[in-house]
Amino acid sequence: MTVYGSVLGLIGNTPLVEISELSPNPAVRLLVKLEGHNPGGSVKDRIALAMIEEAEKEGRVEPGQTLIEPSSGNTGIGLALVSRVRGYRLKVVLATNVSIERRQLLELRGAEIIESPGAEGSNGAVRRARALAAEHPDWAFLYQYANQANPNAHYNGTGPEIWRDCPTVTHFVAGLGTSGTLLGVGHYLKDQNPEVKVLAVEPPAGEIVDGLRNLDDGYIPPIFVENGGADLLDGKRIVRPRESIEWTRRLADVGIFAGISTGAALAGAIRTAASIESGTIVVVSADGGWKYLSTGAWTDDLDVVVERAKQITYF
Amino acid sequence: MPVQVNLPTVLRAHVGGVKTVTAEGSTVGEVLRFLVDRYPGLSGQVIDPNGSLHKFVNVYVNDDDVRYLSVLDTPVKDADDISILPAVAGGSTGAGEHHRR
Repeated sequence: MTVYGSVLGLIGNTPLVEISELSPNPAVRLLVKLEGHNPGGSVKDRIALAMIEEAEKEGRVEPGQTLIEPSSGNTGIGLALVSRVRGYRLKVVLATNVSIERRQLLELRGAEIIESPGAEGSNGAVRRARALAAEHPDWAFLYQYANQANPNAHYNGTGPEIWRDCPTVTHFVAGLGTSGTLLGVGHYLKDQNPEVKVLAVEPPAGEIVDGLRNLDDGYIPPIFVENGGADLLDGKRIVRPRESIEWTRRLADVGIFAGISTGAALAGAIRTAASIESGTIVVVSADGGWKYLSTGAWTDDLDVVVERAKQITYF
Repeated sequence: MPVQVNLPTVLRAHVGGVKTVTAEGSTVGEVLRFLVDRYPGLSGQVIDPNGSLHKFVNVYVNDDDVRYLSVLDTPVKDADDISILPAVAGGSTGAGEHHRR
């Protein structure tokens, strides 16, 4: 065993686990990459470290400085971890409807939470953070939606790890949030084998879109545009809370305790598996199930859990 | 053939305030043009002046984003569920459903 210089050394090199017993097609292998094994508990540790290190390299930040970021949880938690270890102060703009575990995980690492209305979702949090950053020019705004270090962390880390562990991969499926994972891993895998298909899964937009006053309030992450996301993706599909929770439970049946967005990504992979002749599908599990225990996702009546899931951010 | 089209709040004012309208067409483009003809307020909202899908609009046929199918040429079958949604940042809640089966 290695002795790590700090907990940040544990970021990345997550395990890839075969779950082909869940595949509806015996000629399709299913593998899941468990990003919940990162020390902050999610895939976002990778970009938190990459964004801070890149900003340090460019001389945009130095320890002691205040960072601000809009986050539905995991990026904030990752940034809080890296900030604690590296000596930054962190403010996270958070929609009010995230699970209580996410809030506690931020607070225990010293992050300050600034609330934005839940109904405005991520769009509202992004707007608020942008306004605050403009008011406080001394704060550093890393902004995962527009930070090239986000997809780069996956191009340089997650993608090569998948290729190293499974060069026979034919399809890659992940959730679409900032689009960083899909862009970084997608480009890396297609650079190795242009035949690899890259598929995005997203939650229903829900009530957030009800808060939009006009279509031009819509938002496409700048990194998605700058990295040719629309040309990179081979498919994008909405997966609804019921199907997401059903597949989250099926994962628990094979011993994998993953967050609800993993169930959504797996649901997308299952549909793909059923529609192709043969192949190997790699699915990203963005986080473990710990932060979702309060939703009763594994234990309560499915209808009740589906209603609860609609009230929280799980992507 | 008739299909159901689910509209986001931001577009409902143009169709008399309802969530779902019936349209006809054998492709997504035909369905959208049918809607614009019937509800002129939608003009410029879903299809841009170049005749392409509006940048901030996503259209889904049975939950698949048509931008990654054949965009406006994506075929539509009887009883397909079509949803028009504004693009939003990821990490949204699962709240609400724009259509129920």
